Formats: sequence, C-alpha cells, structure tokens
Amino acid sequence: MSAIQVVPLNWYLLLSTVLFAIGVLGVLFRRNAIIIFMSIELMLNAVNLLLVAFSSYLSDSKGQVFVFFIMAVAAAEVAVGLAILMMVYRNTKSSDINMMNKLKW
Amino acid sequence: MVVFSKNPVHSVLYLVLTFFTIAGHYVLLNAQFLAAVHIIVYAGAIMVLFLFVIMLLNLNKETEPQKSIWLKTSAAMSSGLLLVVLVGSLKGAETIVATNAFNSNIGLIENLGKTLFGEFLLPFEVASILLLVAMVGAVMLGKKSIK
Repeated sequence: MSAIQVVPLNWYLLLSTVLFAIGVLGVLFRRNAIIIFMSIELMLNAVNLLLVAFSSYLSDSKGQVFVFFIMAVAAAEVAVGLAILMMVYRNTKSSDINMMNKLKW
Repeated sequence: MVVFSKNPVHSVLYLVLTFFTIAGHYVLLNAQFLAAVHIIVYAGAIMVLFLFVIMLLNLNKETEPQKSIWLKTSAAMSSGLLLVVLVGSLKGAETIVATNAFNSNIGLIENLGKTLFGEFLLPFEVASILLLVAMVGAVMLGKKSIK
C-alpha cells in the first residue's frame, strides 16, 4: 500500500504550491543574499516534489529523470552562486543585496 | 521558518529539516532511489556548502539589515496573492485519470536507469558538461585575483 493510492494527487499539488509560495515569500522578504538562495532551493524542491508526484501517479519514470536533471542544475547553480557571493562579500564586506545596486539606472 | 528566523544558521537547519521531509515524501511516493539521491545531494552537499559559506563570511550575527515594513507587507501580500491564484486554478482543474497500469517499482534503480541511459542519454551528457563548467566557473570566481 503506497501513499499515492491513499493520498489524492490534489494534496500533493497543494503542498508543492504552498512550498513554492513560501519560496517566493522568502525571495521577496529578506535582504540577505544567502537566505534568498535558500528560498530559490525551496522553490526548486517544490517543483521536484510535483514532478515526482505526477510521475508516481501516472506510473511514468520520465518525470523522475527530469528531477535528476533539476538536481544537477541546482547543484551547479548553488556552487556558482555561492562563489559569486563570496566575491561580492570580499569586495563590499556585506551580504546585503542592496549593496549590489551599482548596475541600477 | 526558513524565511523568518533571524539567524542564518537556524535558517539552514530548518531548510535541512524541510529537505528531509521532502525525502520522506519521495519514499512515500515509491521513489526510493530519488529519495536517497535527494538526501545525499541536498542535505549532504548543498547544505554543507551553505553552512560553510555562512561560517566563512561570519554571518551568524543577528544584526543584519531588514527591509522596511512597507516592503515586507507588500512582499507578504504578493506571495499570498500568488498562493491564492495558484490554489484557485487548482480548484478549477480537472482530475486526470491514470492511463498506465499502476506500477509500484518505477522509482527503483533498474527502471530509472533504463530510462536515463536510453531515452535521455544526450541530456545526461549535457548535464555532465554543465557540472564541469560550473566547477571551473566556481574555481575561477573563488581565486583571489585573476592575472
């Protein structure tokens, strides 16, 4: 007896929607760049959860392969993003995103 | 709690908790291999990277600047509206009917590997190139000065 036969798919849709909204809230709410990165990870995980739920519900393994690719892209993004953050911190001594407004017109 | 905790280290720990819950959901959804990979990659690699950067930058003080109350209210309102719109669109969605017969072992390594190395071989190789490029880029960015 697995969860997908007991729990309807709509609840997984609702859960991942709520996770995605929390991620959006985190991006808009905070000024610390590291917390913003974490919120982006949260949004990616919401999409991953939705893909796995659909893949399991429809008995199609392609969705889980896509989750692999999203994980690879997320790992690459975090590595490069944190390296950029280190550079910015080294130059401005702050992780505040309002210090990065030099390109704003 | 990831969003609202003042200390970034607490934020990371709550995020690890969230990742373990998501891994639990993967196990419940018959995706055991993906749950293992999720724990290894996220809780093992990405979160250690986050903690390392936070410790290195010495950010574990609670005196970081906050946005103004007006911006916070508007952020909460816009994300709440996004949530309402998405949930409303889900209410109107029709439930789909599974066409394939229910198969409880698609999440196992055998079926997943057949799909990954059969149909998705080219994206797999491109992902490896992407990881290589990201590694080189991170090393280049992390260097003190580029001669």
